[in-house]
Amino acid sequence: MIELGHLAAFLSLALALAQGIYGLMGQRRIAGWAAMAAFGLMLISFLTLVMAFVRSDFSVALVAQHSHTLKPMLYKISGAWGNHEGSMALWCLVTLGFGAAGAVWMKTGREKLEARTLGIQGLLAVGAMSYLLFASSPFLRLDPAPFQGAGLNPLLQDPALSFHPPMLYLGYVGYSFVFALAAAGMMESRIDAVWAREARRWSLAAFVPLTIGIALGSYWAYYELGWGGWWFWDPVENASLMPWLIGAALLHSVIVTEKREGFSAWTALLAVLAFLFSIMGAFLVRSGVLTSVHAFAVDPERGAILLFGLVLYGGFALILFALRAYKLSGGKPWVLLSREGALMANNIVLIVATLTVLLGTLFPLMAEAAGKTISVGEPYFRLTFTPMLAALLVILPVVQAWAWGKADLSNWMKWAAGGIALVLVFMALGVGIWSISLGAAFGLALGVWLVFGALYELSRRAVTVKRVFKMPPRVWGMTLAHVGLGLFVIGAVVETTGRYETTVALAEGGTGTAAGWTLTLDEVRAIEGPNWYADRAVLTAVKGGTKAVLAPMKRYYPAAQMPTTETAIHKTGTGDLYMALGEQRIVDGEPRWVFRVYFNPLIDLVYFGVILMAIGGGFCLWPRKRTKTA
Amino acid sequence: MRARTRRLYTFGIAALLLAAAAALAFFALRENANLFYTPEILAEKGTPDHGKEVKVGGWVEPGSLTYSEDGATMIFTVIDNSPNTITVSYTGIAPDLFREGQGVVATGTFQADGSFTARQILAKHDENYQPRELKPLEAAG
Repeated sequence: MIELGHLAAFLSLALALAQGIYGLMGQRRIAGWAAMAAFGLMLISFLTLVMAFVRSDFSVALVAQHSHTLKPMLYKISGAWGNHEGSMALWCLVTLGFGAAGAVWMKTGREKLEARTLGIQGLLAVGAMSYLLFASSPFLRLDPAPFQGAGLNPLLQDPALSFHPPMLYLGYVGYSFVFALAAAGMMESRIDAVWAREARRWSLAAFVPLTIGIALGSYWAYYELGWGGWWFWDPVENASLMPWLIGAALLHSVIVTEKREGFSAWTALLAVLAFLFSIMGAFLVRSGVLTSVHAFAVDPERGAILLFGLVLYGGFALILFALRAYKLSGGKPWVLLSREGALMANNIVLIVATLTVLLGTLFPLMAEAAGKTISVGEPYFRLTFTPMLAALLVILPVVQAWAWGKADLSNWMKWAAGGIALVLVFMALGVGIWSISLGAAFGLALGVWLVFGALYELSRRAVTVKRVFKMPPRVWGMTLAHVGLGLFVIGAVVETTGRYETTVALAEGGTGTAAGWTLTLDEVRAIEGPNWYADRAVLTAVKGGTKAVLAPMKRYYPAAQMPTTETAIHKTGTGDLYMALGEQRIVDGEPRWVFRVYFNPLIDLVYFGVILMAIGGGFCLWPRKRTKTA
Repeated sequence: MRARTRRLYTFGIAALLLAAAAALAFFALRENANLFYTPEILAEKGTPDHGKEVKVGGWVEPGSLTYSEDGATMIFTVIDNSPNTITVSYTGIAPDLFREGQGVVATGTFQADGSFTARQILAKHDENYQPRELKPLEAAG
């Protein structure tokens, strides 16, 4: 079976090469067919790999190293990409998938542009496929086959994390197609409205899954690691945040290219950078320079190949950019205070914010190379990233009403007065009633300001209530995304500044208090699952008239010889009561169990906001139909 | 507005923001990059300012682990190959691989009495993974 997959992958590589050559020769049709065939073959190949995991075929080395017969079916399947080789196969599949999708759905009416895009996409696939087949093949056999596999890292045996890698890869690799479009556009020195309409759709097609993928990863970290937080500024998290920020900048810049043919060089550059940052993320995570559950490949040689790929792609694209940027058109005229100017400000801030994240992520590595051990944590990012983003969000509601070319500034006093009043009200409330810090009050005001701004903009464009529901999908998309951003800011500010955490050690039958809840430890019992055993505590939490039962667990996976924390979460509507079970301690001769107890206020708003951003992106992707007067 | 003037403004704003970000980053890195102390380094350099967040690392001295009266706080001694030691207290769940005699890295602040209050502790996992800061220690030991 797996040999069939191996063969199909080789054929797919050959077809991807054909796609590359015919595409660059301008043969749109042939390149398109090659792209679809290459994708079909790689799909077969990938499915044979998944089948090997499903059937626990331990004669396949990869399955023996990463699977186990007792593992639940979902994790057998997700185990196929829960390792370095399998995830590279997924990367190849998605690269070819975007090529095939492009062959079907690209509609620019410009044969040469489309052909070259497919060609470059094909060559990107050739690079990934060669790496897969010659440097990290998932298709190798073991002889003799072991009777049992080594199991998947237990931390990864989780529903959210089963879908986290495919989503993230749809995002990362989605930018490969945007990259290909940008390179093809630069080859013919035409980055214009037609190009931008196409590039915008593909940028969204990458941005939406990337957003969902990051949210899934963050949600997993929240309930699986037992640390109570949802973002730890871990280098691995930053590696996914950076392409997201560049992607967000690109989404805003490409609008200017689409509507006004402006920013064309800049948009092309961002399109290139989004993919380069995606590969850099993969490199950081996969080369072993970082230590984390994601660092599958601790093989420096593989890291070196990825770095080589990054330099090769980056070098090609940036040289092309340097040669062609000056030829690209400047678009229609505009002054600084205009929608163009506002979107330019958006881009500058997002890029500078990306750079601060990059510095914070790489600085410890550079320091280590210089013989020093330094860790950069949350305080750094709070001081650098947060003010940058805040500055952007302050102007967003004001400037999104600005017109192209030159803004009408007649009512700027109203905006300024409204904004300052809002901040003052929240600061007064914050100090007087909620007793929170001024920074937190400002953050809350900012969130409300954003939600208000987004809704105001919708009403301004619709003019009458009747027309609100007739607005084109992309206006709805923008509104939802900006409302989501505002809700995210509110949730993030409330959660990070209002989080309550404590530690209690309870004897069986004992009682303690945390976050206003009275906790009684009813029992701790040893239980057994399909491929793990665990200590499971049952607690009754009482606050006022509400009563909840929580059952946090500490699991042990014998196959991997590794314990994991299974938190218990009780949703109250205003936040999560969150408990993690620790070890047993003998205190004064009496056995006690330790619990970490958190109350995370409005945590759901964080995820709801992010998901709303993704849904907004989805709306923007929706084709605008039956409107001939565009 | 002419394209050249506009470009001048654009680059001006970008440069200004970049400078602001660089200044913030420089300040944040100087203030917040954690310094790493082993008992030996501590004896050499002296106790850092009270309230400044730093990291300490070494091995958990066998037999030194005790708990506070309510059981929530663990108190243990960190040792290395020097005669000096650091007393660390930590309120929370011990990491899964926390053991007496094993490596540990704690992030937190020194108190006035010279003891260390940890906000977070990481344990040495196994041969494949260990906190970066402990690598030079291991080589020396």
